[in-house]
Amino acid sequence: MMSQTLDQILEGRRSQPNQLIEVLQDVQENYGYIPEEAMRAAAEGLGVPLMEVYRVVSFYKAFKLQPCGKNNLIMCMGTACHVRGAHLLLEQAVGQFGVSPGEVTPDGLFSVEHVNCLGACALGPIVRENGSYHHHMTPGKLRKLIEGLRPHGTEEIQHVKA
Amino acid sequence: MSRLNSYRELEHLCKRLCEERQNITTTVMACDGPGCQASESRAVIAAIRNELSQQGLDGTVRLRATGCHGFCEQGPIVVIEPGNIFYCHVAPDDAFEIVYQTVAKGEVIERLLYTDPVSGEKARTESEIPFYSRQDQQLLSLNRLVDPCSIEDYIAAGGYSTLARVLDRVAPDEIIREIKASGLRGRGGGGFPTGRKWAECREAPGDEKYVICNADEGDPGAYMDRGVLEGNPHLVLEGMMIGAWAVGARKGYIYVRNEYPLAVTHSRIAVEQMRELGLLGDNILGTSFSFDVDIARGGGAFVCGESTALMASLEGGVGEPRPKDVHTVVDGLYHKPTTLNNVETWANVPAIIQNGSAWFASKGTKGSKGTKILALTGRIKNTGLVEVAMGTPISTVVFDIGGGALNGNPIKAVQIGGPSGGCLPVSKFDLPVDFDVLYEIGSMVGSGGMVVMDEESCMVDVAKYFLAFLQDESCGKCVPCRLGIDRMLEIITDITEGRGTLKQLDLLEELAETVAETALCGLGKTAPNPVLSTLRYFRPEYEAHIKDKKCLAGVCKALITYSIDPEKCNGCGVCIRECVHGAITGEKKQTHVIDDGLCQKCGICQSECKFDAIRVV
Repeated sequence: MMSQTLDQILEGRRSQPNQLIEVLQDVQENYGYIPEEAMRAAAEGLGVPLMEVYRVVSFYKAFKLQPCGKNNLIMCMGTACHVRGAHLLLEQAVGQFGVSPGEVTPDGLFSVEHVNCLGACALGPIVRENGSYHHHMTPGKLRKLIEGLRPHGTEEIQHVKA
Repeated sequence: MSRLNSYRELEHLCKRLCEERQNITTTVMACDGPGCQASESRAVIAAIRNELSQQGLDGTVRLRATGCHGFCEQGPIVVIEPGNIFYCHVAPDDAFEIVYQTVAKGEVIERLLYTDPVSGEKARTESEIPFYSRQDQQLLSLNRLVDPCSIEDYIAAGGYSTLARVLDRVAPDEIIREIKASGLRGRGGGGFPTGRKWAECREAPGDEKYVICNADEGDPGAYMDRGVLEGNPHLVLEGMMIGAWAVGARKGYIYVRNEYPLAVTHSRIAVEQMRELGLLGDNILGTSFSFDVDIARGGGAFVCGESTALMASLEGGVGEPRPKDVHTVVDGLYHKPTTLNNVETWANVPAIIQNGSAWFASKGTKGSKGTKILALTGRIKNTGLVEVAMGTPISTVVFDIGGGALNGNPIKAVQIGGPSGGCLPVSKFDLPVDFDVLYEIGSMVGSGGMVVMDEESCMVDVAKYFLAFLQDESCGKCVPCRLGIDRMLEIITDITEGRGTLKQLDLLEELAETVAETALCGLGKTAPNPVLSTLRYFRPEYEAHIKDKKCLAGVCKALITYSIDPEKCNGCGVCIRECVHGAITGEKKQTHVIDDGLCQKCGICQSECKFDAIRVV
């Protein structure tokens, strides 16, 4: 993770309300989410009401209000991935972790999110795991990938919907 | 490099760069686009670079990491010139042989060649491969000529010479006349005549005007703009600058999806390089024209592809559209006249001005000129970016270029134009890729996403998929879109889960028509298209879900069961081991059985069975 401080991010952009999204993008990139103090700093630095900052943060998918897990799986839900079975992959990951998309497992190890399209449609279904792309994924391959990410000695619990 | 102060200085630089490259005997063009990167192209490129230096060839051989070549399915791709030798699925371990045999001695490595899936024959050159030979790559072919991070490459290939000529001696009105005469229409989805847009913006009162490049490609299943902006950012920028000169803008923005980190990086690098050469800034090439570009990263909202929402987002707020009583060409960004075009539209501009409008208009149909890049994906063999002349039949794209069905299942439909487009059945495949023709039959060229579906794709599920997508992406400002999509999704969910009634189909149709007529922006107005087009062409599938409680494609979970084909099962035990729900039993070497009550329909057994013995019906 890079370590730009809020001050550094705001430098050269103060009192420019149109820079709000750019500032938030940099905060997201540096911190992995948008902490409350960053929203307050952006509001003050740019001269935008805090409520408007929150409105923007909650409007755009790019901004997260809480950090993701140590291992973050991003499931592509684009049309091309969908017709090749991406929905089964999302269900697999959600079932294996026992958390909903956007949540983090209690041990902080895993989180799963889905995005509209990662833009590698020709190779779908695509799963991005900590920055690396896995193409032509199947439920079976995904299960092994997740198991490989678990620290040794932890058991898999398959959460089954009743 | 120092600042260029005139047309002549640019010409001189181009000449010098070409001379410097005269000692290059061989060029290795390695695709480093998003698809190939997902297949480890970075490691391949590093390995080839290392081999070139080890074998002492780095002085005479140019290794160029390029943008997308299009044939993503076969990545990583390496093309070697001279000879047009095409290697696919290249691994880092192949680097030694590629350099030692092909680069140094001109010998072809058989095992890296492409094998035609139909004839089984090996293709030695790129031009022998039907995927390429049936295309008409005008924009995509430029990708391999440049390293996207090198402005020198772009200038050496003649880049910015059109801009320089325009600034030197072509009046803005003349540019607009040419663009109008070319028949260029917006490639982002709307298909609005570009020349008319420019003319209205030029005529709009006010000194301060803007140009915007819409690179917020939010359409799921489409990545044409990514391919162009990542692969050739200077081409897009040159187009924008010609447009800015024509409409009288001094400031431009590229609004690019943040999910495309390479597109962000490459356009930032390109803009920096241009500033350094004085191609952006005050008095460009010693003329009176001053212009600058900023790169703005999108926040991941589909609605921001809509022009007024995009402009609201550029101003730093939430991306909500507004009524377009006054067009954005008059009242756009910061209430100033603004010309917004899509990446591919801008990219077409330099060649139109260079070669003339007649050249561009010679390709295509009466109402749709030039070429169009399509993202060909889904359940077919050859997936990737494809560029064809407008008017090319859909069947040529799907069967000749796309190579036909993925697993031998008959192809059923193609979804064109993303969430705003529609699904067309095979019986319509003789229709051309043409803005007006596709619009008339309930679909649209849109931005060019083309997702192929076969017998294992459920059309009701596809309609549900798009509704769920649009429900999530609706900004919520207007009622028809916010509530209409919700209700349609409810009905379609009922149908896919076996609770649907035939009466609901009528209601669904009525709702769809109402939303299309009354929603505020393009997103809402076109949101019902996937529902309407599937109802129009695939109504029997809806009825099978309702009357027979069956999903014949085997997709809708509530209506399917998994079973094992005794003819194909050889009792290997893999599915028993892999099923985490303990739903499969059976003795070794005897047909296994799935317990319906325990099966969670997760699909693991099907993906792991090597004998294709798991049936879903």
